[in-house]
Amino acid sequence: MDNTSQFVQYVLSGLSNGAIYALIGFGFAIIHNATGIINFAQGEFVMLGGMSTIFILSFLSLPLVPAIVLAIIFSTLVGIIFERLAIRPLKNATPLSLVIITIGASIFIRGAAMLIWGKDTHALPAFSGNNPLYISGATIMPQHLWIFGITILIIIANKLFFSYSIIGKAMRACAYNAHAASLVGIDVKIMVLLSFVVSAAIGSMAGIIIAPLTMTAYDVGVMLGIKGFCAVIIGGMSSGLGTVLGGLLIGLLESLGAGYISASYKDAVAFIILLLILFIRPEGLFKQKETQRV
Amino acid sequence: MTSRFMKLFSAAILFVFLAGTLAFAAPPIKVGALFSVSGPAAFLGEPERNTAQMVVDEINKAGGVKGRKLELIVIDTQGDPAKAVQGANKLIKDDKVSAIIGPSTTGDSMAIIPVVEKAGIPLISCAAGSKITEPVKKWVFKTAQNDALAVARIYEYLQAKKINKLAILTVSDGFGSSGREQLVAHAKEYGMEILSNETYGPKDTDMTAQLTKIRAGGAQAIICWGTNPGPAVVARNVKQLGIKLPLFMSHGVSSKKFIELAGDAAEGIMLPSGRVIVANQLPKSDPQKKALLSYVTGYKKVYKVEGDHFGGHAWDAMMLLKSAIEKAGDSPAAIRDQLEKTEKFAGIGGTFSYSAKDHAGLNKDAFVVVEIKKGDWKLVK
Repeated sequence: MDNTSQFVQYVLSGLSNGAIYALIGFGFAIIHNATGIINFAQGEFVMLGGMSTIFILSFLSLPLVPAIVLAIIFSTLVGIIFERLAIRPLKNATPLSLVIITIGASIFIRGAAMLIWGKDTHALPAFSGNNPLYISGATIMPQHLWIFGITILIIIANKLFFSYSIIGKAMRACAYNAHAASLVGIDVKIMVLLSFVVSAAIGSMAGIIIAPLTMTAYDVGVMLGIKGFCAVIIGGMSSGLGTVLGGLLIGLLESLGAGYISASYKDAVAFIILLLILFIRPEGLFKQKETQRV
Repeated sequence: MTSRFMKLFSAAILFVFLAGTLAFAAPPIKVGALFSVSGPAAFLGEPERNTAQMVVDEINKAGGVKGRKLELIVIDTQGDPAKAVQGANKLIKDDKVSAIIGPSTTGDSMAIIPVVEKAGIPLISCAAGSKITEPVKKWVFKTAQNDALAVARIYEYLQAKKINKLAILTVSDGFGSSGREQLVAHAKEYGMEILSNETYGPKDTDMTAQLTKIRAGGAQAIICWGTNPGPAVVARNVKQLGIKLPLFMSHGVSSKKFIELAGDAAEGIMLPSGRVIVANQLPKSDPQKKALLSYVTGYKKVYKVEGDHFGGHAWDAMMLLKSAIEKAGDSPAAIRDQLEKTEKFAGIGGTFSYSAKDHAGLNKDAFVVVEIKKGDWKLVK
């Protein structure tokens, strides 16, 4: 295998992992944009999506598509319950306390999943076979195309929803100033709940489409959640192109780093980027400063 | 007055009843067991606890050891060395056990070694770490196979196949680093050359970068050392990349779970493994066959699932102990001395021969090479 195809393989692997990180990053962005908090339980929605699909497939023996739909509905319900029980009762809590609550919730959801489904790793069958596709000497799985496709669809849907629909605009209004939003007649509580619904649904979708490749277990949410968080920080908490580029950047650097330097530093790459961004450009690589927008 | 009489009367009845049972049966021989039944190493501790209990029940049903029943006292260490030490102290001081089997993990075993050494109670550990019995400790034995034996088995196979340029891909946890050390340390002895030496994280979900690098490195075979789920990802990635090199795994994935996770990609993978998974395919001449079949069928009958290697370590520990007690009685010192004289005991993990210099008791024949064919294990002859 020559150097070019080796390089192409690193890039393809990096991009496919990056797309996963971006998709998970979206979930962070949506809740942040509606409520101003960072939901550290986001990774658990990813886990719930994959694990509940496997559970539904094996115990209710439904076909794949209804199982996926049910799993997304289930994870979304968990998101709703989480918001109603843990976020809404605290009326005037500071964002920091809410962030800490989300950390607690993530530990709780992970623990519950472990008790219900056990500690084993499970694999979901691939959506369209396991035969690799060849691209100039490098390979990619059909499942990667699903990941790219669904990520692109979700980006477009997000953009349309938040920029053009009245509900999306109302959600953004809540993030800028919840008090002012409520004065113009927006029900802030509903908007917050809605943001949890959307991000739980996207998170679980991400968990389902990656499960055939990466496999899933009760604790996969931790690392994936952190990588998604890095992606969204690089993207400046945007639910658009910034986060996608952030995710792809991390994926690429991880893969190239593992290929040309050493795989031992693979996870470190994401964290070094995260630290650098937080030190040098806390508003994200691709975002203009907040003050310029208002 | 009446109530006082009643009290006395019932006390008297109770006394007679207790004295009666005491007079009929000799007190049971107490055996302590420390297993990580819950916690992160529950996959080891649970089958070990189940197996030990099953063996004790079988022995008692058949009349016990020299007419005395065995009593198994199990303590859950939760994979926590501090709890293992507490448990060992309780077993020795409160329960006054004759011997202890377990713990399940190397960490727990190392933690309780000073306790049993000081108290003078024989310990048969079910953990794999070679440092448990190297250097030899007077009271400590073990049943799980050392990693070095698995490495020796693979290298011997590769030598026979005239393969000597290797790529190794190991997980960056305790199991993987130990495997990596052994693979590197024994390479020269078998004429092996390690061209690529890569690692991956225990939670990694994509190893295509490492494998792409390995492919470019010119090796003739890949050896991956890890426990589920990492090796399954490696197997899938090897298939995805279309790498045609033979892929070897460690004994860490020798369970059906690996085949389930890796799916089609598991086909053709080879690994060194204990004999449990191929018990039915062994030739009749294999000395372990009888013990293996009795364990496999017994476990299936009692617990409705397949017995595994980990349960096998507890089976070996319990049976070694039983035969030592049969020959030497139940005093801890006599059990220890008798254990050290064990010779050619055909168990689940291998054929054990302990000596004053060797408390691990196995050689590389404890492993066989198996290949995955049509989603099942196939013994490679």
